[in-house]
Amino acid sequence: MAGFWTARRAGLAALALAIAVLPLLLPNKFYFNMAILIGLNAIVCVGLNLLIGYAGQISLGHAAFFGLGAYASAVFSAKLGWHPLISMAAGAVMVSLLAFAVARPILKLKGHYLAMATLGLGIIISIVLNRELDVTGGPDGMPVPRIRFGDVRVRGEHTWYWIVGVALWLSVWLSLNLIESPIGRALRAVHGSEVAASTLGIDVARAKSFVFVVSAAYASIAGSLTAHYLEFVTPSEAGFLRSVEFVTMVVLGGMASTYGAVIGAAILTALPQALAAFHDYEHLVFGAILMATMILMPKGLVPTLVERFRGSKS
Amino acid sequence: MAQLLQFLFSGVTVGAIYALVALGFALIYNASHVINFAQGEFVMLGGLATVGFVAAGLPLAPAALLAILLTILVGFALQKFAVEPARGASVVSIIIITIGASIFFRGGAQVIWGKDFHRLPAFTGEDPILIGGAALLPQSLWVIGVSAVVVVALRWFFGSTLAGKAMLAVSHNRLAAELCGISVNRVLLLSFGLSGGLGALAGILIAPITLTSYQVGTMLGLKGFCAAIVGGLGSGPGAIVGGLVLGIAEAMAAGYISSAYKDAVAFVAILVVLVVMPGGIFGKKGTERV
Repeated sequence: MAGFWTARRAGLAALALAIAVLPLLLPNKFYFNMAILIGLNAIVCVGLNLLIGYAGQISLGHAAFFGLGAYASAVFSAKLGWHPLISMAAGAVMVSLLAFAVARPILKLKGHYLAMATLGLGIIISIVLNRELDVTGGPDGMPVPRIRFGDVRVRGEHTWYWIVGVALWLSVWLSLNLIESPIGRALRAVHGSEVAASTLGIDVARAKSFVFVVSAAYASIAGSLTAHYLEFVTPSEAGFLRSVEFVTMVVLGGMASTYGAVIGAAILTALPQALAAFHDYEHLVFGAILMATMILMPKGLVPTLVERFRGSKS
Repeated sequence: MAQLLQFLFSGVTVGAIYALVALGFALIYNASHVINFAQGEFVMLGGLATVGFVAAGLPLAPAALLAILLTILVGFALQKFAVEPARGASVVSIIIITIGASIFFRGGAQVIWGKDFHRLPAFTGEDPILIGGAALLPQSLWVIGVSAVVVVALRWFFGSTLAGKAMLAVSHNRLAAELCGISVNRVLLLSFGLSGGLGALAGILIAPITLTSYQVGTMLGLKGFCAAIVGGLGSGPGAIVGGLVLGIAEAMAAGYISSAYKDAVAFVAILVVLVVMPGGIFGKKGTERV
């Protein structure tokens, strides 16, 4: 048995259990809605964590991929009449191609320069979404058709909870498999030292652009799902602040920890709702919490707690 | 021709502001290798605090001075209570701390001054001066003039004062500077304060032209950051040239190409510069040590 229950399988089983049990604890639609939004953000963060946590490359523009996915779903299914699933797939392919095209020149950069280049890319995309009124509806956003199969319409918080739950589990599973695969080890080597990695025969540029494309595709699919769930999309979904939110979720939860990314997404999605009680002071408190967490736990929540737990045992 | 001149005037005015913001980035980056994402909020705080003090009945000049002092204190506080305790954290962690600070300052400004746009009266009159058929606002002359004075003052500060030389020493080699008896902590504090003051000054200068609100800092900060990188991160002349180049390019693009995509110019420029010459115009040629 011990051979079968590796940490990876145990973690996946625990996640499946948590997703299955959670609906029993959620009292009403408000909490279901929050759980769905947490799940959607978590999918982006699991993908982004591959890039930031494992490959050590920052992106301050990931909301652009999220937003492009959302708009692809909206535009293809509303204006061209495509089935939402096909729109979603087309969006993911489009975003992946875009990410692939920009990955090599951009990922040559490091540190602050990489942050700035991804930030620039993200802002350009969000400006385009804001300005192309005929296609996107501009700053006011546009409605997104509901997913339907024949006469069956996908709607309601419960249905969406299961869709997002399954999607989240699949993305965690995929991410964990990727991390354990040769490409995952290559990425960690790149994180450690690019020069050392390349002397070991790793194609550094290829590994980096691969993970960039994968994380962009994650964001695109989560964006499409979000658009169909909310049945509306605005350009702020692709904005700079949204990108910052995603990175913060990953870093707060703990870099290079897939479950950390999920927990970071959960905390930062729920926190503004909890802080809504503070009304005008919401941003003030949010900023203070963000600073305090990063100062006290620079490695992020999950790794710090794990270390403490291990430390107290020995 | 008159049109070109008109675009040039507005480009240089905005460019001077970008240059001031970029200098603020460069100051902090040189001393501590931190990119301060709250730099734009210094600009916002300077403008709004002046509006607040003027509304409280102070004349413009003392109000502006008080606002600059206040923002310098905010800069000190940012270094002391947010950046210094996190020393040794990764680049990403520190980026997030300063982003947290920027959200904090924005939230605070929103509590104090509300969500409305505020207006600051022009320093000396609103009647445009006509030069070659193009209108130049007196406030633009203030922006350009004060920025030029700041640049000269900074040159003097780094060239002739002990504090300025200490800052240069820390930026070249932190450990060696510390061994010479320079208090690195005090230099870092100074760099954040100075950078806060520069930001506030930029915010006060531009407020009569563009209006100000709790949200103006984000875009100004990001564009100032673009200017700093276009010129070469950490280079003083680079920050000034970068700011002016971006300001003029933006004004030309708004005039001749599309005003809707004006805001994209800085970010397209940054991508081109980073891909073609990653060090920026005045950047040091980097050699990588393994």
